[in-house]
Amino acid sequence: MLEVRELLAGYGGAEVLRGIDMEVGAGEIVAVLGANGVGKTTLNHALSGLLAHRSGEIRFDGSRIDRASAAEIVNAGLIQVPEGRRIFPNLNVRENLELGSYRRGRERRAANIERVYAVFPRLEERARQTAATLSGGEQQMLAIGRGLMAEPRLLILDEPSLGLSPLFVEEMFGLVRRLHAEGLAILLVEQNVVQSLDLASRAYILENGVFALSGAAAELREDPALKQAYLGM
Amino acid sequence: MYAPAIVAEAFLNGLLTGSVYALIALGLTLVYGVLHIINFAHGALLTGAMFAVWAAHAGLGLDPYLAIPLLTPLFFALGYALQRFVIGPASHGSESNILLVTLGLAIIIENALLATFRSDTRTLATDYGFQSVEFGPLILSKPRLIGFAAAVLVTILLWLVLAHSDTGKAIRAVAKEKLGARLVGIDVGHVYAVTFGLGCACLAIAACLLMPTFYVNPRVGNAFVLVAFTIVVLGGMSSVPGALLGALFVGVVESLSGLYFGDSLGQLGIFLIFILVLLVRPTGLFGAKA
Ligand SMILES: Nc1ncnc2c1ncn2[C@@H]1O[C@H](COP(=O)(O)OP(=O)(O)OP(=O)(O)O)[C@@H](O)[C@H]1O
Ligand SMILES: [Mg+2]
Repeated sequence: MLEVRELLAGYGGAEVLRGIDMEVGAGEIVAVLGANGVGKTTLNHALSGLLAHRSGEIRFDGSRIDRASAAEIVNAGLIQVPEGRRIFPNLNVRENLELGSYRRGRERRAANIERVYAVFPRLEERARQTAATLSGGEQQMLAIGRGLMAEPRLLILDEPSLGLSPLFVEEMFGLVRRLHAEGLAILLVEQNVVQSLDLASRAYILENGVFALSGAAAELREDPALKQAYLGM
Repeated sequence: MYAPAIVAEAFLNGLLTGSVYALIALGLTLVYGVLHIINFAHGALLTGAMFAVWAAHAGLGLDPYLAIPLLTPLFFALGYALQRFVIGPASHGSESNILLVTLGLAIIIENALLATFRSDTRTLATDYGFQSVEFGPLILSKPRLIGFAAAVLVTILLWLVLAHSDTGKAIRAVAKEKLGARLVGIDVGHVYAVTFGLGCACLAIAACLLMPTFYVNPRVGNAFVLVAFTIVVLGGMSSVPGALLGALFVGVVESLSGLYFGDSLGQLGIFLIFILVLLVRPTGLFGAKA
């Protein structure tokens, strides 16, 4: 469904991604893991058309999207829930959800809002509340809900557990599992290595601009190099 | 002291003037709120719109009010194109560049108008220009009453569009969270251009409402925009109801200080209040916290 070949990207003189190759198949959960500042968000931005890449190819459903605009990529169903939530602080909860279907899924907006409310009853209780005044966890629900409004075919989640309490992190991973069970393909970008490897079928470990390790999550869990670098064992 | 009827009349006249100020302030406040820049070409564009109304009347015999459905979409398109194809590309995403580009645009527009129309002051004669309506002891100008009704209506319409349409929500979203907006597929460049277009459309309507009772020369827009800027600050930057209330307030202050201190000092009252408000309540009279 998503194929990335030889992707190079960066900012000005700084090369951040130096040749990324990856794949996400239909209905799969794939994790991208890596330390702070290694370029995970940069990769997501390149995938979503927010950052122009230097070279390489990105294909979604077989068509090139690496020169497409962010809007065209949303149209194709590649939806990102960004790091830091990036909800619209001055709009209320419902308006945020409505804008989730600004470009895709507009015809089924009302029904999809009900679906999101069914997943996150807290959002329905706070439908008229200005998004800026939501708690961190509620903001994360809203960010994911807004992403779901676009009827994603592949959902990129950039550090959905960031800044959440341990209990809520559990809940968030549970939700990702449920979405996957409903058939949604997910690219999960995380620092939370243990839980991500439990959830994902495959994972890529980003280091120095390339994937230093990749493979089935079950195998990576047992990999001595990974254990040492990320789990301190 | 003046008779109560005279003061009441000055007060109402202030509201009538203020309502048209609101339309001019709306464009400025929208562009400021969404693009985060002060559009220095706003005054020149207003002058251009007023000349367009004058020319449509002089050349085509078109009544200023009937020019509204023609000039509003035309100025929307002009504003859209200016932002999308001139201001946006020329500023390369840097806000200080945008300021300079709009300043340059103002100079070009003013000089083009000066070259075309000379510096003469022109007015436009309609048969209703001097008609008035009596309310008991009060006598109010009919075209200015029409202007008031139209300006308030347009402000409410604009507010409804911003509050309830997808485009309006996209405009508000882009104002505060550009990256989030791009991730839901909003074309930020398009939203900027629509916002600029709406500002220019408001100017066109203001020009149509002003011309039956006002004059035009190549510099006339600047005085209005100075007042509009005061309104934007008083009303709290980037608030539609704030702009309307601020404009009505400023219109009344101007009219009353004109009555008490003489016409030439009418605007002095505005700027005195402006400074006072900034000292006491820097977020504006009606503005929310920054
Ligand atoms: N807009 C930018 N301009 C210049 N450099 C940037 C920009 N955004 C990110 N960088 C740099 O690119 C590198 C990768 O950043 P990125 O945000 O992709 O990391 P990350 O893996 O997502 O980190 P984290 O886990 O902390 O979110 C960092 O060194 C960062 O400083
Ligand atoms: Mg990141």
